[in-house]
Formats: sequence, C-alpha cells, structure tokens
Amino acid sequence: MRRALGPIAVLLLLAGLDVALPRLINPYLFQIVVLCGINVILAVSLNLVNGFTGQFSIGHAGFMAVGAYGSAMFSLHVGQKWADALAAAHLPGAIATGLPLLAALLLGGLLAAAAGWLVGLPSLRLRGDYLAIVTLGFGEIIRVIITNVNAVGAARGLPGIPGWVDFFWVGLGVVAVIVVAVNLAHSTHGRALFAIRDDEVAAEALGVDTTRYKVLAFVYGAFFAGVAGGLFAHYLSYLNPNSFTFLKSIEVIAMVVLGGLGSISGSVLAAIILTLLPEVLRPVKDYRMVLYSLMLIVLMITRPGGLLGNRELRLPWRKRQTASGTGLA
Amino acid sequence: MTAPADAPLLQLDDVTMQFGGLKAVSGLSLTLGRGELVGLIGPNGAGKTTVFNLITGVYAPSAGRIVFEGKPINGKKPHAIARGGITRTFQNIRLFSSLSCRDNVAIAGHAHSRAGLTDALLRTRRFAEDERELQSLSSAMLERLGLTRFADTRATELPYGQQRRLEIARALAGRPRLLLLDEPAAGLNPQESEDLMRIIQELRTQLELTILLIEHDMRVVMGICGRIAVLDYGVKIAEGSPERIRRDPRVIEAYLGEEVPTAPPS
Amino acid sequence: MSTFLQQLVNGITWGSVYALIALGYTMVYGILRLINFAHGDVYMLGAFVGLYTATWLRAGENPSLGHAAVVLLAAMLACGAIGIVIERAAYKPVRHSSRLSALITAIGVSLFLENGGVLLFGPDPRFFPQIVAAKIIPLGGGVTISNQQIIILGVSLALMFALRFIVLHTRVGKAMQAVSYSHTAASLMGISVDRIITFTFMLGSMLAAAAGVLVALQNPKIEPYMGVLPGLKAFVAAVLGGIGNIPGAVIGGLVMGVAEVLVTGYVSPTYRDAIAFVLLIVILLVRPAGILGKSQAEKV
Repeated sequence: MRRALGPIAVLLLLAGLDVALPRLINPYLFQIVVLCGINVILAVSLNLVNGFTGQFSIGHAGFMAVGAYGSAMFSLHVGQKWADALAAAHLPGAIATGLPLLAALLLGGLLAAAAGWLVGLPSLRLRGDYLAIVTLGFGEIIRVIITNVNAVGAARGLPGIPGWVDFFWVGLGVVAVIVVAVNLAHSTHGRALFAIRDDEVAAEALGVDTTRYKVLAFVYGAFFAGVAGGLFAHYLSYLNPNSFTFLKSIEVIAMVVLGGLGSISGSVLAAIILTLLPEVLRPVKDYRMVLYSLMLIVLMITRPGGLLGNRELRLPWRKRQTASGTGLA
Repeated sequence: MTAPADAPLLQLDDVTMQFGGLKAVSGLSLTLGRGELVGLIGPNGAGKTTVFNLITGVYAPSAGRIVFEGKPINGKKPHAIARGGITRTFQNIRLFSSLSCRDNVAIAGHAHSRAGLTDALLRTRRFAEDERELQSLSSAMLERLGLTRFADTRATELPYGQQRRLEIARALAGRPRLLLLDEPAAGLNPQESEDLMRIIQELRTQLELTILLIEHDMRVVMGICGRIAVLDYGVKIAEGSPERIRRDPRVIEAYLGEEVPTAPPS
Repeated sequence: MSTFLQQLVNGITWGSVYALIALGYTMVYGILRLINFAHGDVYMLGAFVGLYTATWLRAGENPSLGHAAVVLLAAMLACGAIGIVIERAAYKPVRHSSRLSALITAIGVSLFLENGGVLLFGPDPRFFPQIVAAKIIPLGGGVTISNQQIIILGVSLALMFALRFIVLHTRVGKAMQAVSYSHTAASLMGISVDRIITFTFMLGSMLAAAAGVLVALQNPKIEPYMGVLPGLKAFVAAVLGGIGNIPGAVIGGLVMGVAEVLVTGYVSPTYRDAIAFVLLIVILLVRPAGILGKSQAEKV
C-alpha cells in the first residue's frame, strides 16, 4: 500500500495540472507545453538507444510515424465506437475518452516496438555507421509507404482523429518514459547497456548478451516513440507524412546530443529548450534553420558532450545508496 | 551431468584457427586439470591471445574441439561461455570507461542475476535483493584485490597498476571456474609484479580456481606456474614444468633475438 | 526489347551521375570513416554555380560546347574550394571526436547548405538555361540517345578515368591510398595526412559539382533541396559497391541507375525513390561489405 503512494500522488498532480493549466495560460502557450512533452518523450526514448547503449539510430521519426498512424487508425475505426458506447453508458467524459485513448496509445507503442524489433534484430550486428544508415532508410521507407497508401490518407494527410489528448495524458507519457529510463539506468540491466556502449567486446566476454540488450534498448526506444506519435496524433487531430521526415529524426537527435548522450535530465532539458527555440526565433523565422544547423555544428566542435555530458542534474533530496549507472551523479 | 573429479577441466583437441591464408593457431592440443595454474608463453604474435579468443568464443575454431567440464564449447557465443564459468582479462585493458570501479565489477555479476527487466522497472522486492547481492559481490571482489578505496572512482581514473587489478576483480565477479589472464603483469614494476604473483596464488587457493596465464614477464611465469606450454607461430613447441622449459633448446631458439627467458635463481 | 535497351541507355546515363557522386562519398569514407551527409548538397551547389556562370556567359542565348565546358569547369573549381572550406571549418575540428559527433556535424553542414541555399537562391526552383543545343540521335532498333546523354556519359567517363589515374599513378593518389589504410602509418612515412584529407574532399566535391551541372543539362529545374535524394541514393550506391572502394562506387552507381530506371519503367514511378532504400536494406542484411568490399574484423 505504501508503495502505491508515489504513483497515486503523481497521478493526482497530473490531474490537478490538467484542470489548472488551461485556466492559467493561453492556448498558444498550452500547445507549446504539449509539444514540449511530446518531444521530451521522443528525446528520452532515443537516449535509451543512442545514449545508454551507444548505438547510432537516426530514424526515430519512423517509429513515431508508426505509432501515430497506428493509433490514429485504431481510434478512427474502433476507438471512437468505444468512446460513444461508454458515453452512452453515462460514464464520465474523462473515462469515456480516456479508455479508448489508452488503448490507442498502447497499440501505437506496441506497433512501433514491433517495428523496432524487426529493424533492430538483423541490423544490430552491423557496425555503427551501417546501423545509422539502416535506421535512416527505415525512417524514409515508412514515410514513403505512408505517402503512398490511400487508406491512411497518403500525401493528403489523415484528418478527423479524435482529439482526446490533454495535459494529463502527455504528462503521463512523460512520467512513464522518465521512470522507465531512471529505473533502467539504476539497475543491472542499465549497467549492461552502459557496458555495451563503453566496450561491447568486454561486455560480451563478461556474460552480457549484447545482441539481446541492444535489441531491447531499440524496442523500448521505439515503443515510447510510438506513444509519442499517438499523443501527437490525438492532440493535433490531423496527421501528415511531412511531420515524420528525416528532419524530424534529426531534431530528436539534436535534443539528445544537446542534452548529453546518456543523461536523462539532459534530454528533458534539451527537449524543452529546442521546442521553445523555434518559437523564440520566430521573428527571424527565415534564418531559423540556418541558425539551427550552425548550432549543431558549433556544439559538436566545442562541446560534444552536450549540456550535461553523461551526468544527471543533482536532485538535492535524492540520496543514492547504490551506485548509479549513468556516470557518477 | 558433470565431468568426473579427475577429468580435465579444459581440453583443446587439435585446435586450428585460420584467418584467410594465415594459421594463427595450428593443431593445438592442451589440457588443464582442475586447480592447475598453467602458463602460456611464446614470442609476440605466437597466437597466445588467439587461443584465449578461441576458448572464450570470440572466434570459432576452424578445426578441432574445445571441451570444458566435459561439454564441447566451440561455436558458443562469448556471453554463454562466460556464464558457463570461463572469464578473462584483456591484453589491452578493456574497462568500462564511464562506470565506477564498483559498477565495472558488478557487470560481471549480471549474468548470474535473477531479477528480470520487469522487476527492475517495477522495483520489486526481488530486484532490491538482487541489487544488494550484486553490490556485496562487487564490494567483496574489490576488497580481495585491495581496491575498496577506489570503489566509487571512475575506472579510467585509476593508476595503471590498479586498473589491471580491477580487470581481475571484474573477471572474478563472474564466478568463473576457469580464469584466463592475458598479460596481467604487463607494465607493472617489480614490486607490483611481486604483489600480483601473491594475489594470483591466493585467489587460486581461496576461490578454487583454475588459471591459464599468458605472460611475458618470466619471473612471474616461472614463479607461479605449475606447468608451462610454449607457442611459436601458432604451434605448441614445448610443454612441461618451469625447470624443463627453461632448459628446452627449442624454447630458447624461439626467443632468440628477443628477451632470453630469465628465471629466478632456483 | 527496344524499350528495354532504351531503359538501359537511360539507366546507364543516370548511373554515371550517381557514380560521380558516389565516388565522393566513398573516398571520404575510405579516408575518414565519415559519412559526409553534406556531399549531396555540394552537388546542388555545383548546379547553382553552373547556373550563375551560364547566365553570366549568356550561354543560353549561344548554346555551345565551349560554353558548357566553361560552366562545368567553373562549377568544379568553385565547389572544390567549397569542399576545402567545409573540411577545414567543420570536419577537421571533430576529426578526433566520437563518430556520432562527426555524423551530427555532417548533418549540420548539410542542413546549413540547404537552408543557406534557400536564403541565397530563394526557395523557388530556378531554370538552368539550355547551354547545349538538344539533339536526338537514333541508335537503331528504336533506341535513341540525346546529345545531353552523350555528354553526361562522356564527361563522367573522362572524370572517372582521370580519378583512376590520379589514385593509381600519382604520388598524391598513392598517399591517399596510404592514408585510407592508416593515418598513423601514413604520417610516419612523411605524408601530411591533413593535406591529403583536404585534397580528397576537394576531389570529391569537384566530381559532385560536375554531376550537378551534367544533371542540370538534362533536367533544368534546380532548387536548394535537389541534392537530398540524389545524395542519399548515391550514398546507397557507394555502400552497394563497397564503401571505401573506388571501383565499387562506380559499379554501385551504375546498378542504382539501372535499377531505378527499370523499376520506374516496369513497376511504377511512385516507387522510384523507395528502390534505393530497399537495395540498401538488402545489401546491409545480405552482404554489408558491399559487392567489392572486404569485411574488417575488430582485433580483440
């Protein structure tokens, strides 16, 4: 019972913010908060692969797309009916939409995880750069397929997705991915991932099944990317394949690298910064991408470790008894 | 089904390793009995590390069989072999650079941990017990090698000699029955080598280990090995007690032009 | 049958263009183990430099081979210089960082060139003037070839032979080979690794620029993002042939060109771009070293 206190407190906090936020800030800012949340999920999930395990995955947008379109199709054809039925049974609105949304998000995540497994299993034995290219190729193939399949709207896009996502759900997703990442990092499984990143040969020689763990990181990363995609779809109510280009993958990579590969709090921070940046640079909109690309170059030259390297922000009330896995925070 | 008590722990039967046109190891037969401390020596490039790589599964032999505790292990993956009781250190130190000493050692215990991923994510009781066990295993190994004060230091910040010891502590945490040490004394000064010799002998008796040792430092080899096998160009040219090997003309010839083996006064 | 032969002609023409671009990728990878994402954008810059040169020469009003040659040369020289600048400014500082850092730097340079191009040239497509009078030459059996295609084939072939000569028969070329085996060993032999790397970038960029001009002869619409897809496809071609392997890049390029044209002709034009990625996945799963590549094991 005591153990359930933490999660319950978090849920209450999210519900509270969900009610309070729309009253405190205007819709424009609210949209930014939601996008920040989605990007945090994307960044932390990519960090599991690129940061924790040291693999080169550069097609994350592909997994996001799988989750987005998968969950959207579910909602359009099945979920909406559930919502209607639940509403007709006089259940409160939050549950009538919440249940089908949860199902849609989980489905999207699982589809993306399956894609991660299919892509990861054969390619994770390839050398670093080659894996990068395969993941890049995967991302592009997904986009090309979506653009050419009429059932999901092809190039015109997919409209009419029920807009069930509010702050609570985005917040839940963020909390979930961070909890998974932190718990993973401070466990023997997380240490195994770091070991693979530092020296795969030695890790294997000491009993770590490196292929299994690399695929695992990949699958978990893909799952959360899919969830992020689902949240995205059910917030905008509209999907277009142009949201899932290689550029989107690069944006997520930029977040992970800016924050520091391997640092969870770094990914969170950088995701927020890089979501706010385009808004801040709106006055110089035309120069935005040029500045963005220069930032990437300068960052790699001057501070490749990113903001936090592979350390975490020190939280003053956390006293760690066991040794941490993400460096020595 | 385990092998009978007096059966060899490790057996290499006519093992050959061919890379394209090069035979790195050729027709090697070698047996290790339980509890032995055997040395593997030979000039540079003789194929010694290749033998280690064959035993630990990094390479699958082109020909021949490798049998451990009565069961063949050729073609098994390295992590399975490690889990099965054979761990090693490396010629060029391969520590996990971003991890502390404690975590470096704990990795080796991973193979024997019982808590699965879901346990870790949900922070179950089984996970907590498992973590505690891993940490105490790690502390115990660090203490054995005299590294307790470095437990929370990043592995790569250690002085060179201590890094070599850390590799040993790490290999031990894998609970091996056979320990392969690849040039553990490389780069150590005479005092450090003395300490290392003592530690290896203590570990062997205290942990009931069988040890196969590659080394160039002849004082260490002659000092602690019960038996020595000599490799040259991938072929075993001699095998026997340290006294026999020291006097063997083929061995001396193989080393001609390199350091002639210097042995402690007997 | 004549359609097939026609496709072949078209395919080989496209293939030579891919080969020119692929050569740049493969040389840089061979020497630095870096995937130069920005390479496709150098191809784009070549087309634009060609455009400005052609406009300045008023070549559109007086189409001639001479004008074409000047345009080609100008593009090659300008982009050779750009390649040197990119290498010195962006890649040299990260040469000893992690591979992921270098990859991200390359992505950053690519984005910079593309978006800088949008700022400089405007986002709307521009039209390359016709600097060579168009003629169709029948080859018999219903197969034709345009003189633009002949120029593309001829120039590509000449450039490839020139590259081959440089790499195999000059001191610089041998130094390039040495550096691609080992930086340390090469520098111990007295080779200035820095200079060779810069030289390699310059050569690769010149070839990409030439490809840009050649393509513009046939497909006059050019815009700042035109290098993205061809760059990606040429990279796949380089991997197909064995990344780091120069003859492999040529073979890979030709295979890519022919495969693309055949798929467009016999299957469906919508899948033209997907072919590259399918080929990529297949080659990486079946034979990652590529057609002519050798797999390299890591020393334990």
